[in-house]
Amino acid sequence: MKGVNTEIALTHILTRKRQTIVASLGVSIGIAIYICLNTLIIGTNRYSDNAIFKTTPHIRVYKEDDISKPLSKDTSGKKGTIVIVNPKISNISKNLINPSKLLHDIKNQPDVTAAAPMVTANIFYNNGKSQLTGVGWGVNITEADAMFDIQSTMVVGDLRTLLNTPNGIIIGVGIADKLNIKLNDNISVISSVGVIKLMKVVGFFKSSNAVTDKSKSYMNLATAQQLLEEGPNYVTDIYVKIKDPEAAVQYATVLSKLTGYTTEDWKAANELFVAGKKIRAVMFLFISWAILLVAAFGIYNILNMTVSQKLNDIAILKANGFSGKDVVRIFVMEAMVMGIIGTIIGFLLAAIIVNLLSRIYIGADIGYFPIQFEFSVSMTGVGVGLLVTFFAGYIPARKASKVDPVAIFRK
Amino acid sequence: MEKKIVLRTKGVGKYFYDPVKFKVLDDISFEAYSGEFLTLVGKSGSGKSTLLYILSTMDTEYEGDLFIDEDKITGQNLNKLAAIRNKNIGFVFQFHYLLPEFSCLKNVMIPALKLGKFTHEEVEQQAYERLDMLGIKDQALKPASKLSGGQQQRVAIARALINSPKIIMCDEPTGNLDSKNTQIVFDIFKQITKEFNQTIIAVTHDNDFAKASDRTIELADGKIISQDLKF
Repeated sequence: MKGVNTEIALTHILTRKRQTIVASLGVSIGIAIYICLNTLIIGTNRYSDNAIFKTTPHIRVYKEDDISKPLSKDTSGKKGTIVIVNPKISNISKNLINPSKLLHDIKNQPDVTAAAPMVTANIFYNNGKSQLTGVGWGVNITEADAMFDIQSTMVVGDLRTLLNTPNGIIIGVGIADKLNIKLNDNISVISSVGVIKLMKVVGFFKSSNAVTDKSKSYMNLATAQQLLEEGPNYVTDIYVKIKDPEAAVQYATVLSKLTGYTTEDWKAANELFVAGKKIRAVMFLFISWAILLVAAFGIYNILNMTVSQKLNDIAILKANGFSGKDVVRIFVMEAMVMGIIGTIIGFLLAAIIVNLLSRIYIGADIGYFPIQFEFSVSMTGVGVGLLVTFFAGYIPARKASKVDPVAIFRK
Repeated sequence: MEKKIVLRTKGVGKYFYDPVKFKVLDDISFEAYSGEFLTLVGKSGSGKSTLLYILSTMDTEYEGDLFIDEDKITGQNLNKLAAIRNKNIGFVFQFHYLLPEFSCLKNVMIPALKLGKFTHEEVEQQAYERLDMLGIKDQALKPASKLSGGQQQRVAIARALINSPKIIMCDEPTGNLDSKNTQIVFDIFKQITKEFNQTIIAVTHDNDFAKASDRTIELADGKIISQDLKF
């Protein structure tokens, strides 16, 4: 009957309640911190990813600058014309050819959730004598909003006004401050090819990036095309949103093959950010495991002590027909009871801490602390906790199973 | 009563290696019969305890062969030996060795629960019977550590009897007891062998105790020097 091992293990635990509780609490704290740290990292990553995706698309399709090539090649070195080469960025238009077909093809890809054409134009904002350089994004504002959630960054005005204001422009708050612009003011915009347009400011946005706020503006696609003296078929970028942002790297190559143009995934566009994320992950992993290991040592220590104190009992159990396996089971079970109690308390503790953290108001555009209860992380925490306690118990249990009863009785 | 061999050794020898190689047991061959009260005597260092632990199957490092019920025990794996001990052998030690956290009743029940032949209720019933036979039924639910030495030894005997083993092995069972308790233990042993036909093999220093047993094997320097056959 298996029951007798359980009975012995439980009796041992019940007769040393205090040690059991201390060991369990060690595990609780370990598990709670493990879960909290990992939840925290998921929360902050989600927040910073979202911040990135407000300005960077998952994948950007564009035409890379060509470097000019020599007109003829000197192949033999004897007869051919010698050409002096001075490679430069070529003057070829950055237009994507037949953008509507490209868009159609991209949108038909299985994992693509949205794709939007875009014209970027380098422009000057003028208000009276003051002038500011920046980039105008010619977009279909509804599509762009679906991709970047521009609406959530709007501080003054409404996105939809842009739709029925052909010469409307939405500017960053930094530009508005510097040029002293108010809503519905008119400003003149000059493009790099010298086109001047008078535009009506229909809104201000404020992103999490001050540089962006001082340079970027949104306008209608047609307005941007006119600023560049181009027709309605002129599109410089296609921004693509896919289901899983983590798959962007692989998907970028797929789209590159499909379209024949250069693609850039968000990770390549934000290398520093991605590296920072990795460093954070490693750091947190380190800390959470270190704490778990300390908790495991608590259990190991207490069981080791129990085994040393109970050499007589182990010997008598063995004399009475308990095998080494039975002894291992008894002590591992004791460890597991401590582990299970500790893990449950740790899980609850983590839930409480995460809940409290999520109520802390940070302010600015972050709002509340970006953390929420993550079920999968908690389950991993519970699993890891039980695994660690198992090993912390197994080592002293093995020692106990190796006790030689004869050596004990003869003392 | 028919003499049936329950335990037999053939040329058992054993060495101690620490601090120097030393032969503690040399060519020990004897039989123990069912219903026999057998005592092992000898001076300190004569090897009688060492022999008992070999017979108990707990010590596996020896030469020669050991048979219980004509089954060869020598060379069996440790788990098998544990099962054999559980079923066939009961132990009584000088220093009682009860599990202190458990009640007397639980102490008696543990080997039977391990055997798993009877249900929990049946085992409890049997444990009460054994304790009753030893006159300590009223102490059954007390923690083992709260009893007197004599009472603890009787609980240990009850535990040794719970699985109705063929053999009960004792290491100085009365070494720690006063004369009154010694007499009680002795009477119980007599009763066990005569009424239940179980075999007792006891190591003892107590000459009176040995004389009153069925047979005494005397060891000196690892050899059997006399077998007083009264059985």
